[in-house]
Amino acid sequence: MEILVLVKQVPATESMIAIAGDGVSIKTDGIKFVMNPYDELAVEEALKIREAQGGTVTILSVGPAKAAEAIRTGLAMGADKGILIDPGDLAIDGLGTAKLLAAAIKPLAYDLIVAGHRAVDDDNFQVATALAELLAIPNISMVIKQELADGKIRCLCTVEGGTKEVEAPLPALIAAQRGLNDPRYASLPGIMKAKKKPLETKTPADLGLAAADLQPLMKVKALKAPAERKGGRIIEGDSVQAKAAQLARLLREEAKVI
Amino acid sequence: MTQHVLVIAEQVEGVFRKVTFEVLSAGRRLAGQLGGSVQAVVLGSGIEGLAAELGKYGAEKVFVADDPALADFTTEAYTNALAGLVGQIQPAVILLGATTQGKDLGARLSARLNAALATDAVGLGVDGGQVVATRPMYGGKVLADVVLTGAPAIVSVRPNTQAVESAAGAGAVEKAAVTLGDLRSKVVGKQFESGKVDLTEADAVVTGGRGMGGADYSAVEALAGVLGAAVGASRSAVDEGWRPASDQVGQTGKTVSPNLYVACGVSGAIQHLAGMSSSKVIVAINKDPEAPIIAKADYAIVGDLFEVLPALTEEIKKIKG
Ligand SMILES: Cc1cc2nc3c(=O)[nH]c(=O)nc-3n(C[C@H](O)[C@H](O)[C@H](O)COP(=O)(O)OP(=O)(O)OC[C@H]3O[C@@H](n4cnc5c(N)ncnc54)[C@H](O)[C@@H]3O)c2cc1C
Repeated sequence: MEILVLVKQVPATESMIAIAGDGVSIKTDGIKFVMNPYDELAVEEALKIREAQGGTVTILSVGPAKAAEAIRTGLAMGADKGILIDPGDLAIDGLGTAKLLAAAIKPLAYDLIVAGHRAVDDDNFQVATALAELLAIPNISMVIKQELADGKIRCLCTVEGGTKEVEAPLPALIAAQRGLNDPRYASLPGIMKAKKKPLETKTPADLGLAAADLQPLMKVKALKAPAERKGGRIIEGDSVQAKAAQLARLLREEAKVI
Repeated sequence: MTQHVLVIAEQVEGVFRKVTFEVLSAGRRLAGQLGGSVQAVVLGSGIEGLAAELGKYGAEKVFVADDPALADFTTEAYTNALAGLVGQIQPAVILLGATTQGKDLGARLSARLNAALATDAVGLGVDGGQVVATRPMYGGKVLADVVLTGAPAIVSVRPNTQAVESAAGAGAVEKAAVTLGDLRSKVVGKQFESGKVDLTEADAVVTGGRGMGGADYSAVEALAGVLGAAVGASRSAVDEGWRPASDQVGQTGKTVSPNLYVACGVSGAIQHLAGMSSSKVIVAINKDPEAPIIAKADYAIVGDLFEVLPALTEEIKKIKG
């Protein structure tokens, strides 16, 4: 089983995010960058499949040179090799990212692509599914369980109010959701080994793509801080009952939500 | 170029999702700014009877793609069906709900049509003839105004963020011929919990965190019951195995925007706030006055949730009569 895993490096979820002077990006100094949490699930699932069926796990990422760290994390977890696509100075949107990945993947032999269902920085929910379209393969999103048999993948997926089972022939792309597995940590020997594993870097030109092919269709015009919540009104009262009655009254008369 | 707004209606088992009416209303406002009309498309099997309902929210024309292969949503089948229709209608904008299906469909359509996509928008407008969407990034820690170039511009709209406005008049219903081609993925099973309000669409959400101390959520469920609310959980509660992962609210869980969010025994970690801070009114019940959630809450009761919740449930029952 040849498995490709898509990984993105993102600010750690506990980061305080501040808008940079240009008004369209965030301040990156002092921010810890990590592998996108959903991608950890994707790497874990790929490793599990390889452990059961043999094969190779290749990690792909689009990002600056620094994003190689996220690939190394995946290699330290146990993946075999990595490919970093560095767009350099080009600003690219989600669709552009999918185009870069598609160009890198087309010459490769693969049975399955595993992705996280979204990256927690852009919150775009776009790259994985758009990539499947560009590769003309089926995709299954929000996967919490998968089973491979007879050249097909069958997945349990969460949808509003329930679950669905979806089946598709390989090659296919699946996108991991919380609940799929518990990602392993990179062990110290794993980290040592990862340093020697192959990690290639490619540019858009290496993939035959020019700036015009990657022209972003979606552009950030301005970032703004969400409105501060004033908050902090503590309900006082002599007893739990009195506080509860006061809150219920405020919810009805002041907030008008009940 | 036409300036039509095409709304992709979402029906599940023959019932429109609430977000469909929200998106249609937003579509009508946007079409007003663009100087075009708002049209809708509904896909499914045996759904012709549903189409008229969309007219009540301003759809001037409703296309119905009715095919047994569209009975259950798959990204592939719905993308194939819509791509042909979009070619025919040539909308300037495609709007859909930012549901699990809408987000997936939006992404696949963006690649098929080489079209700009803004996911999970909380606001929509037009500037210099271009569509501008406001969308949260970094788990809602910033809001981005994004400009979408080219046509169609695809925007999925976060549930519970757009006012619903009904309109006079009924839309003309038109059958749409769809070519589905070879479909590889198929739905082979489904399980829905009947009557369960989904977190992302609920008007009210009551969440229990680690302070619940165990899998017994009856105190939370009782309050949710009187409020008609959905029950959520913090990641800690999910990690403890008290609640399923699908109940998790937060940066690596669901994003909710209800009118009322009640956080019980939840500390208010930044990743949890990421999933619920766009709630209109936040109530915190926590025994620690220093818990970060208290500072984010509109109303807080400092106390033991096992005493506060039953009392609050009773008082709300009384008030609601
Ligand atoms: C990559 C990553 C992603 C994450 N994603 C999410 C996410 O999506 N969602 C999420 O929720 N978290 C997420 N987290 C975890 C987050 O950092 C917190 O650990 C988590 O939200 C804490 O859950 P909690 O508030 O239930 O528990 P705690 O922080 O332990 O808080 C429990 C609270 O309950 C109160 N309490 C205890 N007993 C009672 C009582 N009897 N009555 C009243 N109050 C009581 C305590 O005072 C305390 O404030 C993520 C973390 C990481 C690293």
